Amino acid sequence: MATNITMPQMGFDMTEGTIAAWLKKEGDPVTRGEAIAEIETDKTTIQIEAFSDGILRKIVAQPGQKVPVGEVIAIIADPNEVVEAASPSPVEQPTQTPALVTPPAPTPVTASGVVTESDRVIATPVARRIAQERGVDLRLVKGTGPEGRITKADVEAFILSATPAPTKVEPPAPVVVPPPPPVPVPTPVAAPPPPVSVSGEKQPLTRMRQTIATRMVASKQQVPHFYITVSVEMDAALALREQINAALQAEGVKVSVNDMVIRAAALALRRFPNLNASFAGDGIQRHDQVNVGVAVSVPDGLVTVTVRDADKKSLRQISLEMAGLAARAREGKMQPADYGGQTFTISNLGMYRVDNFIAIVNQPDAAILAVATAQPAPVVREGQIVIRTMMNMTLSGDHRVTDGAEAAQFLNEIKRLLENPWGLVL
Amino acid sequence: MDRDTLISLYRQMLLIRVFEDRAAEMYAKAKIAGFLHLYNGQEAIAVGAVSALAPDDEIVVNYRDHGWALARGCTARAVMAELFGRATGTTGGRGGSMHLVDVKRHFWGGYAIVGGHLPLAVGLAVAAQYLKTGRVTLCSMGDGSTNIGTFHAALNWAKLWNVPIIFLVENNQYAMGTAYEVHSAVPMLTKAAGYDMYAEEVDGMDVLVVHEAVCRAAERARRGDGPVFLNAVTYRYRGHSMADPDVQRSKEEIAEWRRRDPITRFADEVLLKRELATPEELAAIRKSVEAEVEDAIEFADNSPEPPLESLYDYIYMQPVSHMQISGSLIRPPKLGGRVSPNGKHH
Amino acid sequence: MPEITYREALKRALREEMQRDPTVVIWGEDVVAYAGGGAYGVTAGLAKEFPGRVRDTPIAEEAIIGIGIGAAMGGLRTVCEIMTVNFTLVAWDQIVNHAAKQSHMFNGQIKVPMVIRTPNGHGRTAATHSQNFDAWFASIPSLKVVAPATPYDAKGLLKTAIRDDDPVVFLEHLQLYSTRGEVPDEEYLIPIGEADYKRRGKDVTIVTWGRMTVESLKAARILAEEGIEVEIVDLRTLRPLDLSLALESVRKTNRMIVVEEGWRTGGLGAEIAASVQEVAFNYLDAPIARVAGLEVPMPYAKNLERATLPFAEDVVAAVRAMMQNQY
Repeated sequence: MATNITMPQMGFDMTEGTIAAWLKKEGDPVTRGEAIAEIETDKTTIQIEAFSDGILRKIVAQPGQKVPVGEVIAIIADPNEVVEAASPSPVEQPTQTPALVTPPAPTPVTASGVVTESDRVIATPVARRIAQERGVDLRLVKGTGPEGRITKADVEAFILSATPAPTKVEPPAPVVVPPPPPVPVPTPVAAPPPPVSVSGEKQPLTRMRQTIATRMVASKQQVPHFYITVSVEMDAALALREQINAALQAEGVKVSVNDMVIRAAALALRRFPNLNASFAGDGIQRHDQVNVGVAVSVPDGLVTVTVRDADKKSLRQISLEMAGLAARAREGKMQPADYGGQTFTISNLGMYRVDNFIAIVNQPDAAILAVATAQPAPVVREGQIVIRTMMNMTLSGDHRVTDGAEAAQFLNEIKRLLENPWGLVL
Repeated sequence: MDRDTLISLYRQMLLIRVFEDRAAEMYAKAKIAGFLHLYNGQEAIAVGAVSALAPDDEIVVNYRDHGWALARGCTARAVMAELFGRATGTTGGRGGSMHLVDVKRHFWGGYAIVGGHLPLAVGLAVAAQYLKTGRVTLCSMGDGSTNIGTFHAALNWAKLWNVPIIFLVENNQYAMGTAYEVHSAVPMLTKAAGYDMYAEEVDGMDVLVVHEAVCRAAERARRGDGPVFLNAVTYRYRGHSMADPDVQRSKEEIAEWRRRDPITRFADEVLLKRELATPEELAAIRKSVEAEVEDAIEFADNSPEPPLESLYDYIYMQPVSHMQISGSLIRPPKLGGRVSPNGKHH
Repeated sequence: MPEITYREALKRALREEMQRDPTVVIWGEDVVAYAGGGAYGVTAGLAKEFPGRVRDTPIAEEAIIGIGIGAAMGGLRTVCEIMTVNFTLVAWDQIVNHAAKQSHMFNGQIKVPMVIRTPNGHGRTAATHSQNFDAWFASIPSLKVVAPATPYDAKGLLKTAIRDDDPVVFLEHLQLYSTRGEVPDEEYLIPIGEADYKRRGKDVTIVTWGRMTVESLKAARILAEEGIEVEIVDLRTLRPLDLSLALESVRKTNRMIVVEEGWRTGGLGAEIAASVQEVAFNYLDAPIARVAGLEVPMPYAKNLERATLPFAEDVVAAVRAMMQNQY
């Protein structure tokens, strides 16, 4: 039987060898154990032996030829046997051993997914983790560690300073504020949408835009919103407003519809303590004061100013206060007492000719009132279609704090007060 | 010694010879890896010594251990499977050629650090002495291991505590390729004399001579007369390992020793001469031995590799409760330690 | 509870185990002859109590340990005393190539129930006699390595080590032998492979063992006066390493310092720091810091020796630096 002589493995580190010389020539008889060739490895020259008896019928690898271990170098066979042209036999491959190591787990997403290379936040791992859990944008946190590294303590201090103390409302917890950095209930800005392939210029986020983004996302993520809309007949209120403004013209007082809404809301809030409240994790925090926040549009965004103790102030007082607040807001000259600490917020887009809109709750308030434009509309009165000045208002409520029925009664109380406006001034 | 015993010695020596030749072939065919140190030429020592010991006497040897394992009764299958690195080997593929073991047969293993196993053997003998088991420990070693510190520390201690041990030097006259006169300052027996140890020099190419010498040594040790030192002069036909080109020994010298081959001599001068066996019977023995080794190769080749999940088995004989969070055990494979593409060694 | 020395605690463990199990034997250089029993007096008197079982040996560490391994293979429980850890180097082949290989390489056929007792330490003995190889021992698979810091742990762990079926390297410390601590008269065992809180605190986790546990406790007292509460995890066992308490603690404190006596490069502290950050990365508020011995062969001169080794003040300084965000 023909046997292939293969390049032998002669040492644990040998992978190939060179035929140095054949000690037998084709046709020579060989016996098992007899040296038949000399092989050169990178270390030495070594004789190789035949592992079977027979005739060296064919030398496949010539002297000087380099052959991998396991390749055929010669064939031993019986004298009469037909020897086929040798084809190299494959080198025995070591069995593939499955690696015992598993690939490392995918890198967890770090807290500040929005951080770009140029804007790298240096923060400790635990600071990143807490920031992610609590929705803190680390770019807004000041780091006290080496090279400004943000530590766990920095994040905790940030959260503490940003959360309004639930029991007392007085220390101004800033709402949407341009100048000072602290931001209330924080949440990460939503991940930026995938880049669009439309050309255009990317505007950097202003501080205010960042804050708005953060706060609105937080509210939408954390607050279960529900919405109730009413239509208010404003003719009586508008008539009263004209009389008041005429009377107080000398004083420079000019009561706006919004002032009346503030007053109405403040009075209604006094009767519905659950709407003058905040969700506080393990309870509902009712507030002693009625502080009405009002969103004010400013050149690059909006801010919310606060009319404190609005339920205890006259329409005149409210009007005067609002005028000052709005002016300072638009000029970017707000004082700390001008913002924050609100227990309810009003957003009024009446001057923009809108029929209706829905606002996002301004945390930690229980609700926000969206006030649309008062405009003539056909309504049915005593079976007749008549024209009245109607104004839609939509209340967005925090369902963790209040429910539809209660909110509807509250909203109807505001409606009642506006439709019977003498209650606002008496 | 009766005929069956003599025939059995012959068969064992032949089994070792055929086994080693086929192992060389399997190594060349890359079925066996690493180091392979073959026993050709030295068969009379393992076979003669083991036949002189009780089945529960302890045996500790070096890395040239296939002959010892086979002589002690390990199957050719188990030994070949170990060389192949298979689950059915003597250590389930853990130890390979140099670390055969079979504690059930009181074969405590092959040890591959030259001289490293001598203290272990003395320790086994001390335990036997302390526990009064009556067992003798036989510790074989090459001549190359008689210069290292542990050799002297072990002989000194054995003599000092008078423990029942036989130090058996398989003096094949080369420490790897370095000849005895190049590596040793004094004749072998002088080393034993340094510790005032009873010593004999024996013909390591004669199985009966070895057998008788070990019988005498074991008897001495067993009756409490302390350690014995045997210098069995022998010769290895092949290089130190398969990687050894064997250029340092002359062809004439090898041929000279081959003429004193322990197997042919035993066949000619004992079995045939005393008419204990016919040439046909010896041929039949050879055939059966060749079949046994062929079967062992087939068995080894068809045996499974050890299961990967056995990798951590016996890291400890007594596992530790917190092992799951040990930095050294379960953790690393699960956590990472990614293999670098550049980490492959060439 | 009565207070005894670390030395006495070890002796009691040896005595109790020898009484309990007649196969327990003690070998070592001068464990009988010198000064009544052992270079540091741990075995004093035991030779008389247990005739033939406590034996002096030649000064040949490779044989003490090698023969200890063989005897353990053959049915004894050997306790080998190596006079100082520096001399284990002579027997490194026996420890690494033999003691640590038998069970796994021989596929469970052989067990080696032996204990190698040896002290770390220093004391104006210069470079060859003032070393710490904890990290080396702890890097060898299949060895068990313990390094108790207190008399209580020393006794409980030595008893466990003697009963264990695997080779245990038992690292004592010259500077601990005369320290005192509470040890109950009743028998108890401490499992190998379980770390221990030596102090609870909220600010910084100190992971340490051996002498540095004692130094860290001293540091903790100083720091407490400054209002800093450190938590001390005493590993007690260095292999297999129990990092569960270290991980639990750092999840609370978010800061960790590993304190070790040996050299920093390739030290066990490096392994601990690496493992902890792999598992508890998101809980770290500062890099894991290391306090370690300086990397020089130990000089003889008093001031240089002192400067080379870590002490309580080094731990204090490291903790302060971490609390001040300087890492």
